[in-house]
Amino acid sequence: MGALALLVATKKGAWIYHGDDARRQWQVDGPHFLGHVIHHLVLDPRDRVTLLAAAKTGHLGPTIFRSTDLGKTWSEAKRPPAFAKAPVGTIGRSVDHTFWLTPGHPSEPGVWYAGTSPHGLFRSEDGGVNWEEVSGLNDNPQYRDWMGGPQDGTPDGPKLHSVLVDPRDAGHLYIGMSSGGVHESRDAGKSWAPLVEGLEIVAGMDPGQIQFHDPHCLAICPANPDRLYQQNHCGIYRIDRPSDQWHRVGRAMPAAVGDIGFPIVVHPTDADTAWVFPMDGTDVWPRTSPGGMPAVYRTRNGGESWQRQDAGLPKSHAWWTVLRQAMTGDTCDQPGLYLGTTSGSIWSSVDEGANWSMLAEHLPSIYALEIGVLA
Amino acid sequence: MNVLIPDVLKSYTGTAQVVAEAGTVGELFEWLDEHYPGIRFRVIDEQDRFRRHMRCFVNGIQTFDLGAILSPHDDVVILQALSGG
Repeated sequence: MGALALLVATKKGAWIYHGDDARRQWQVDGPHFLGHVIHHLVLDPRDRVTLLAAAKTGHLGPTIFRSTDLGKTWSEAKRPPAFAKAPVGTIGRSVDHTFWLTPGHPSEPGVWYAGTSPHGLFRSEDGGVNWEEVSGLNDNPQYRDWMGGPQDGTPDGPKLHSVLVDPRDAGHLYIGMSSGGVHESRDAGKSWAPLVEGLEIVAGMDPGQIQFHDPHCLAICPANPDRLYQQNHCGIYRIDRPSDQWHRVGRAMPAAVGDIGFPIVVHPTDADTAWVFPMDGTDVWPRTSPGGMPAVYRTRNGGESWQRQDAGLPKSHAWWTVLRQAMTGDTCDQPGLYLGTTSGSIWSSVDEGANWSMLAEHLPSIYALEIGVLA
Repeated sequence: MNVLIPDVLKSYTGTAQVVAEAGTVGELFEWLDEHYPGIRFRVIDEQDRFRRHMRCFVNGIQTFDLGAILSPHDDVVILQALSGG
């Protein structure tokens, strides 16, 4: 396996941390785009050299930057994700920011997907230089109704996220929309269907209304792509296809901690193993570590039970939030885990979450972490 | 006409001032995009609206109208409005 790079996207720029073989020492490279809001920084696992950054600033509109030399030089997309111009007399949508980047299937080199805020799905076939709308979703009247408007979704806008490509089938896609539900396409985005059976929503609302469903993060298991896990606004779920039924495996979490959070990470070779980072979803939703005591929880049996993993993490007075893109894993023989906090710290574990140590601190608020395996 | 470029867009132009040729504000941004690819979309969205924190002044008068007529001796200022935190 090649050297690891930890790709850090923050509210005020991007950083690349280069790890040694033991994943103990990390050499920092950055900042890149200091002052720019970077929502996602992703290395193409197919060529292992193309790096895409989803960027905007407080003033300027959104764009995509590309690098093929690990950030030594960057070029801007010729046509960043943008909605079609609306007919005269109608109010059209505009992309506020690209939130999510997903490289396409290995059989489709150069294909990437982008999820935006407000909700939109875009596809590039040239490595991120030019982006086109996935019209089967963006222009579908039913979906436009479910997508909601600026008043819906997260505090800084509704997000289309968790664009997942089935490793067995380039045309089989999943997406999450907050708020807007989980959806599936089996024809590369031409048509879509909701996948929300079994998911709970906020009490008092009708689960038949798709826009009330709020997935926070979806993950497909590389070891068994028929299995997906989901961290939702209302719990942790698992689904085993071809069933269309999600099961709330988060019921097995300790009641005092609950099963609310943003991220979820799956094991690269064991579909029974997944990790979550719970947050406080009580009262006014502080979205901080419950009790100020941050901990990862791991299941080794598909969510039937969960174990607390907090060795090395602060024992008290640590009021972190870990956003949905800010926790990831590597694919080493003993997988490592990485989490980034909104307070600008990165914590890592080289033993599947058993022990944690701080990798970096004093960064801007961290939006996303990804691992890249370099060529 | 003279066009004053704000700091946030100097990565495109390399200078604080450019001399452009255009008959309208919309044509001016097309001209800028031809010479400095990508700059227009950072200022004007896909619905031809100025982005929330970007402003354009012609001879000291703010305009949001891409159809506004420009004369060769006009002074145009593109400005970043307050956006911080």
